Amino acid sequence: MAEFLSLRDAVERFVQNGDTVALEGFTHLIPTAAAHEIVRQNKQDLTLVRMTPDLVYDLLIGAGCAKKLIFSWGGNPGVGSLHRLRDAVEKGWPQALEIEEHSHADLANAYVAGASGLPFAVLRAYAGSDLPKVNPLIKSVTCPFTGEVLAAVPSVRPDVTVIHAQRADRKGNVLIRGILGVQKEAALAAKRCIVTVEEIVDDLEAPMNACVLPTWALTAVCLVPGGAHPSYAHGYYERDNRFYQSWDPIARDRDAFTAWIDTYIRGTADSAAYRAKIAQQQEAN
Amino acid sequence: MSAHLGNDYSTNEMMTVAAARNLGNGSVCFVGIGLPSKAANLARLTHAPEVVLIYESGPIGAKPSVLPLSIGDGELAETADTVVPTGEIFRYWLQGGRIDVGFLGAAQVDKYGNINTTVIGDYHKPKVRLPGAGGAPEIAGSAKKVLIILKQSHRTFVDKLAFITSVGHGEGGEHRKQLGLPGAGPVAIITDLCIMEPEEGTNEFVVTSLHPGVAREQVIENTGWQIRFADTVAVTEPPRAEELEALRALEARTAAAHGQLGGEE
Repeated sequence: MAEFLSLRDAVERFVQNGDTVALEGFTHLIPTAAAHEIVRQNKQDLTLVRMTPDLVYDLLIGAGCAKKLIFSWGGNPGVGSLHRLRDAVEKGWPQALEIEEHSHADLANAYVAGASGLPFAVLRAYAGSDLPKVNPLIKSVTCPFTGEVLAAVPSVRPDVTVIHAQRADRKGNVLIRGILGVQKEAALAAKRCIVTVEEIVDDLEAPMNACVLPTWALTAVCLVPGGAHPSYAHGYYERDNRFYQSWDPIARDRDAFTAWIDTYIRGTADSAAYRAKIAQQQEAN
Repeated sequence: MSAHLGNDYSTNEMMTVAAARNLGNGSVCFVGIGLPSKAANLARLTHAPEVVLIYESGPIGAKPSVLPLSIGDGELAETADTVVPTGEIFRYWLQGGRIDVGFLGAAQVDKYGNINTTVIGDYHKPKVRLPGAGGAPEIAGSAKKVLIILKQSHRTFVDKLAFITSVGHGEGGEHRKQLGLPGAGPVAIITDLCIMEPEEGTNEFVVTSLHPGVAREQVIENTGWQIRFADTVAVTEPPRAEELEALRALEARTAAAHGQLGGEE
């Protein structure tokens, strides 16, 4: 059974220095509040896994929490570059960042394999691409039945996965709706799984075949309304496109970035305080 | 931003319209974000109402009223016939052989339609670190055919790619077949100046159609390899009134929904 915890307690107990951590959510339901809490607690030497690093890992990389990034597309969607990621890769600031690069199909399959308890995933991929030349973990396997040579990649099995979802019931069963990305696979691939939710309800009102993660498959459930901002939570709030745009000048400059996290992340006690401060700033503009 | 030809339409509009025309009604299209998404939706709003748009985040049969800013915008899910997990998109629908057309953008392309979206300069000491592969390598590999859309310049049409992220015709000729890739690879590159198609035999991209008012010299100047022209070079039909109207209305709706962001990368 999942424990109901504050996000602070969940991160303190279940995210350790040196862990492999997956904060998943494909554009939708990105668990940003959890990343903020990881920065507040100054977790170190994390190996971060995510198909699309997005702002959430730009922040963790810039804050110095990451030693390695496993990813498949690292841009600010619709805006441009992730400047903290680029600065770490190109200039080693604030510290060198090892990168392990895949394609989306590869990482999605690697999560499926992880959730399936398999050591590797097999897929038809990479023929003619240079990616296997720079990622020695991309290997090949020959089909024992047809002789076809296919790509083999290690499964993703994080120490801890964090996802955001719309709602949990009072037992800790979690309902996710809308674009699912690889949340379910990432949750089931991990040793421990923290879920932040918009609300806790008596009845999930989940249609048959809905994506429900049962409480006994999860470690902790945390009530964090707004926890996916600036991404969106289908049925609750929309993507804050302006925030994605405003991130560009913040992240572009080391000092501006450091000042921003000092004010808004390290300078706030928790997600509620952060949201209040951001709302105040947005009102002022 | 783009230059106007005869004051009627811009070169960017010509590019989008020309790309949209390549998408047949009823075809199943795996759509990249940015320019491909704009062209694919223009096709859906004009000559191809039955086109099936699939986005890698999970929506199948998306019918957005505005251009998505991200590959996973909520409207894609709301308007889709079904929304499936991202793993399923790649496993069942793409790898399973159900995609007619992969519609891709690129940072750089070479004469064989290979695509770089990873890095400029050395991989380990990059001059410019680009976002990376995303879904493109497997779309380029497994879609039955591929369309590429990007603006043409010396920087984007290069003789030798620093990195091949997604393969087109590889080293040309029969190379793609030898690699064992299921799909036919890129069949057209649509730019703001012209349309290129692979030459039979070599599979090198040559200019088969110039957009109205574009001189050969312009194409030569804006291509990093010694671009060749097909024996017969057509002139692209200029945008029709209904195509321009639909495109401008789509862009206006998008601007209203997203502010200045506009949906174009």
